[in-house]
Amino acid sequence: MLGKLSWSDIPIDVPILVGTFAGAAIAGLAVLGLITYYGKWGYLWKEWLTSVDHKRLGVMYIVLALVALFRGFADAIMMRSQLALAYAGNPGYLPPHHYDQIFSAHGTIMIFFMAMAFMTGLMNVIVPLQIGARDVAFPFLNSLSFWMTTISFVLINISLFIGEFSQCGWLAYPPLSEQQFSPGVGVDYYIWAVQLSGVGTLLTGVNFFTTIVKMRAPGMTFMKMPVFTWTIFCTSVLIMLSFPILTVALGLLGLDRYLGMHFFTNDGGGNQMLYLSVIWGWGHPEVYILVLPAFGAFSEITQTFSRKPLFGYNTMVYATCSIMVLSMLVWLHHFFTMGAGANVNAFFGIMTMIIAIPTGVKIFNWLFTMYKGRVEFHATMYWVIGFMITFTIGGMTGVMLAIPAADFVLHNSLFVIAHFHNVIIGGVYFGYVAAMNFWFPKAFGFKLNEAWGKRAFWLWFVGFYFAFMPLYVLGFEGMTRRMNHYDNPEWYPWLLVAEAGAVMIALGIVCQLTQLYVSIRDRNLAENRDLTGDPWNARTLEWSTSSPPPFYNFAVVPVVHDLDAFAHDKEAGIDTRAAGSNYQPIHMPKNTAAGFFVGMFSLILGFAAVWWIWWLAAVGLIGVIATVIARSSNNDVDYYVPASEVARIENEHTRNLLAAQAAE
Amino acid sequence: MADAHTDHSGASHGSVGSYLTGFVISVLLTVAAFGVVMAHSFSPSGTIAAIAILAAVQIVVHLVFFLHMNTSSEQRWNVMAFVFTVLTVFVLIVGTLFIMHDTSINMMSR
Repeated sequence: MLGKLSWSDIPIDVPILVGTFAGAAIAGLAVLGLITYYGKWGYLWKEWLTSVDHKRLGVMYIVLALVALFRGFADAIMMRSQLALAYAGNPGYLPPHHYDQIFSAHGTIMIFFMAMAFMTGLMNVIVPLQIGARDVAFPFLNSLSFWMTTISFVLINISLFIGEFSQCGWLAYPPLSEQQFSPGVGVDYYIWAVQLSGVGTLLTGVNFFTTIVKMRAPGMTFMKMPVFTWTIFCTSVLIMLSFPILTVALGLLGLDRYLGMHFFTNDGGGNQMLYLSVIWGWGHPEVYILVLPAFGAFSEITQTFSRKPLFGYNTMVYATCSIMVLSMLVWLHHFFTMGAGANVNAFFGIMTMIIAIPTGVKIFNWLFTMYKGRVEFHATMYWVIGFMITFTIGGMTGVMLAIPAADFVLHNSLFVIAHFHNVIIGGVYFGYVAAMNFWFPKAFGFKLNEAWGKRAFWLWFVGFYFAFMPLYVLGFEGMTRRMNHYDNPEWYPWLLVAEAGAVMIALGIVCQLTQLYVSIRDRNLAENRDLTGDPWNARTLEWSTSSPPPFYNFAVVPVVHDLDAFAHDKEAGIDTRAAGSNYQPIHMPKNTAAGFFVGMFSLILGFAAVWWIWWLAAVGLIGVIATVIARSSNNDVDYYVPASEVARIENEHTRNLLAAQAAE
Repeated sequence: MADAHTDHSGASHGSVGSYLTGFVISVLLTVAAFGVVMAHSFSPSGTIAAIAILAAVQIVVHLVFFLHMNTSSEQRWNVMAFVFTVLTVFVLIVGTLFIMHDTSINMMSR
């Protein structure tokens, strides 16, 4: 009846997990209680959970990303603390099977549910506004993508309290991840969570590719598109090309585990090395999927706070496109030591080094944008400059790793860990936080507190160097990754320094949460409120509408005359909003609960398949199909906003604008 | 906008005739693939090559007759996306063969 599930799978004998469960349960009940107390369930359901509005979905994605950051960081600091303790005679506080689950969960959560969700949230909030569209091409699919991502994160967190998580690292290399060596449900949780969230990500890629190709405002040719939109365009292409590869790789691993096939086993003609090749065929483009949008955000922020147009727009676009193509040609550098000959290693080593060229072009473009600009050292700009320094160091250690001979020394050591945290924290995370600081007033109508933003930056920035520079040293000293205990006295002080860095980063996260709290508390102060819709005197279309934008984004679809459309209009004295014109009724999609229900049924399907509860899996699958059929046969999916309603909302914003101008 | 995906901008949707042509060609290609295997008329590597070529032709037939891909201007994005996909699939398949072949020889695993 319950498949493999029994009472012994609930880890009541592990105090850390019981404590975590109690904490999560109390926090969860408190949130639910508050929603009930304030009677917000109807509002939450109608305005958020069933919403197909790209701005609301974007905000929910970023909330999901912040929750995932919290979970992923808790894992990170537990690992650092274990290594600060587990020296010589002290075994530390985490037994190996628990420690292995923690590093696997940390990687999986940070990539799939922190970084991917944060990125998808940013592109949701910004891209349609930036190209002058009223929503994405497929609003329902957008809601569906969000729910697939969310329930996958829920599934991973269920593994914390029911059963176990994978102990095979974030990419679940066979043969360790095969049934023979991992007979538990951990790898199945991993497979199902990543597969279900992959559906959401793939649909997002299709959605944004279509949106950018088909729904740009009149006059916005490809070479007049803002750089952030360009990067999302390239990211969407990479998602569409690479996520199917991940699906196939994990699908084959799943067949091995569920049906006893032999794709990647040691015996029966399997070849585990093929798994490495296939999964990194996705894995390498994936890191560019994450970092390209950050590059886009840096471009928008640098030009806005340097008070001049971006230096080398064309080269920036070409560099982005070259990175998009080259990223598909380098995957072998993740397994130089697997045993390929010199020809193969040389080809992929050289391709990897070539990627440094377009990336270097971008760094110089940002530097030249700042050069002789009137750079305003806003909190957002701190993250940009911190990025340029940190990412350059990470890029250089990456080129070191691209030398196959050097890689044979450094492979699987903490040097690799230091390198990819150097580029992912310094590039991706700093970029997304900068973007959040930059576009927050657009999404909510008030600015984030700068003082707390700068404190968060300094703690993250300094904490990063304390946490990860020692890992480079440890890599040279021969410390391998994923180690639970060691007795080399030379490593001990470096690991204490890294622990201190992790604590600083923890304080940085506290500062970020404080920044959110203080900003929300002071949102009605005049200096924080954004009445004009353009708090930074920025250059692109999203700033031409009000903050937060009306649900239809633009009452009149803007006409684009030049690159940086809004900056051009401001200089030429054109009212981009065309305020007071003869408004027309606006065609909009209706909210729908179908995405939510497909998500919930998928969660049931995933959970049941993990535990081999086949009747329940059938219920989940039938539920998904039935919901999709019901949704597809529903023709009542759109409506018109009457012109009078549009005029009312627009006139109110015009009054706000005039009041704000009078106040200056 | 909600109605964007129902607006087909005049692209062709085929006719009964074109669907039937596509169906007949597909059946012939499938029968030919089975025939090559069952008749043992080629060497094993020749057989693999033959069914791979038949499969590739089959893909093109499906694209032209069932997915209505052609060189008209409405289809330009589809064709571009398709060409890029083919390029990537080519890179991945040839790259994987290159890597796995080299590894097998180098490690004497085969």
